[in-house]
Amino acid sequence: MTTREPDDEVRGAEPVTERRLHPVTPLRRAWAPFAVIVGWAVHDPDQAQRQLTRLTTTTLLIAVAVIVPAAALYGFLSWWFTHFAVTGTDLRIRTGLLFRRTAHIRLERIQAIDVTRPLLARVAGVAKLRLDVVGTGKKDELAFLGEREARALRAELLARAAGFAPETAHDVGEAPARELLRVPPRVLAVALVLTGATWGSLLAALVVPSVLWLATGSVWTVLATALPLLGAAGASSVGRFVGEYDWSVSASPDGLRIDHGLLDRAHETVPPGRVQSVRIIEPLLWRWWGARRRGRAQRGGSWVRVELDVAGSDNSVLVPVAPREAAEEIVARGLPGVTVPRAASLSPAPRRAGRCVPLWWRGYGIAVTGGVFAARHGLLGRVLALVPHAKVQSVRLTQGPWQRWWGLADLRVDSGAGGTVTARLRDAGEAAELLRGQAERSRTGRRDARPDRWMT
Amino acid sequence: METGSAPAAGRSGAEETARAPVDEPVWTGLPPDLLRMRRMLLVVWLGLLALAAGLVPGILVGPAWAAFTLLPLAPAAWGWVLLGRNWRSWRYAERADDLLISRGVLWHEETVVPYGRMQLVEVTSGPVERRFGLASVQLHTAAAATDAAIPGLHPAEAERLRDRLSELGEARSAGL
Repeated sequence: MTTREPDDEVRGAEPVTERRLHPVTPLRRAWAPFAVIVGWAVHDPDQAQRQLTRLTTTTLLIAVAVIVPAAALYGFLSWWFTHFAVTGTDLRIRTGLLFRRTAHIRLERIQAIDVTRPLLARVAGVAKLRLDVVGTGKKDELAFLGEREARALRAELLARAAGFAPETAHDVGEAPARELLRVPPRVLAVALVLTGATWGSLLAALVVPSVLWLATGSVWTVLATALPLLGAAGASSVGRFVGEYDWSVSASPDGLRIDHGLLDRAHETVPPGRVQSVRIIEPLLWRWWGARRRGRAQRGGSWVRVELDVAGSDNSVLVPVAPREAAEEIVARGLPGVTVPRAASLSPAPRRAGRCVPLWWRGYGIAVTGGVFAARHGLLGRVLALVPHAKVQSVRLTQGPWQRWWGLADLRVDSGAGGTVTARLRDAGEAAELLRGQAERSRTGRRDARPDRWMT
Repeated sequence: METGSAPAAGRSGAEETARAPVDEPVWTGLPPDLLRMRRMLLVVWLGLLALAAGLVPGILVGPAWAAFTLLPLAPAAWGWVLLGRNWRSWRYAERADDLLISRGVLWHEETVVPYGRMQLVEVTSGPVERRFGLASVQLHTAAAATDAAIPGLHPAEAERLRDRLSELGEARSAGL
């Protein structure tokens, strides 16, 4: 906030230079008419063939002569009327042919910056740039920019958001990054094989259509159910592998950098202090595999998956699979000054919690450290959720009649980005104590939090 | 539980906190008008139901069946008591840095919202509420799960609370 005033003075002098997107942009929707025709042909083959044979060459030519220039003109005009500019305090996007729309995105509110390069865009050498700010949507992304331009713009936006003076921000360049972790393809493949969801969706895709075939004998019903199920199975196995291929996490002064993807490459930068909550997930089979590896005295502990919440961002995965120690080191980078509490240091739920939730109560445990509130749940697969005290939005204590009878209560800690961490079935007195204490901790935590402009 | 004597205790208590640095919550209850409104709504709706339950069988089957009209009376009496208990359970406290809301008898819930986290404070008032001179205050934070609302305050108190909350929120505001 200290740089605000010089910024405002300079803004008067600094001319706002507007730029256009990459000239390849009008082609981004070029596949849409073909997709419509193909979709129609697949949906209703007989009708499509009959209509196509009825078309004479002249009508076809006329249609092409009208549609192609019209679409080209629309694409060109919408590109021509889209401008963006970076000023001292915000990124401005001006767009719209008939309905004008101007968006000013404040730079100090940036939660994360994504640069994605879908397969076709990689061929054309362009990239999409998106600022994650609470409330921005798909329409606020800059698609497409030249690859080098996108990288330069990202560096400039991060430099300005970090609080560098506007005249130097352009030349600061990209902050140096140090790679913390790279997931080898073999590990990712084994991890996916050991994921229950992969097998569950495959099994569903095989069993449900077979049962339907036996029950109804109608080809269409079977196809209508088999195709979506197969699609889901593919997305959860092959799709995840392709999306999480070559996952790497690096640390830089601008925060964590996440790179991943086999066909579509994606890059995300999460500046310091933007992580609202973190979940460390340990599926059942990974725990079993980890125990087996330890038994054979192999290097590295059991694997975990780490998810994070950043307000306004779609991506929730921080590490798809990594040994526990490496993952905890990355979490400590994302949430500075935080150590992930050991499993042994979690305080378990009292024994009588078994009266409310049999068996699964053993999975519950919480820990409050100087930096975070942590709660674990799950008996087979384990999930440890962490919320930094400074990110707590509200704290709630809930108690139902059965819990009252046993003197238990739930504590819910709400973080931004829509996450809630629940400490289930604590002793009622302890929960009330935690409620008061958490309010106090989040207040002092906020006081020590780093400024929005992290380099000031 | 000092819930019964709520509003009066709240006023005098607010001065106490100003003196005492110890941040003990001073609870304020809801005005009795809210209870009156809810009980009236209960009586009106169940009265209509009782009328229907008596008239329809009474006309269609026979006069003796009009005794069905007694059936909704039990839930009415029960609801009368429940509404009272629920109304007594609602209370809120303004502390130096956060707002406490406590409510519910069987399903008890207590919410703490730090002032610095409030994104929006809303005062709403429906036609029935306006008839009884009441208004509700709803708080929004960046977390969608935060369900902090205080129903049925006097409009003056609701506006005072809104202004105070937004003032404190501005003073203590923090980024996400």
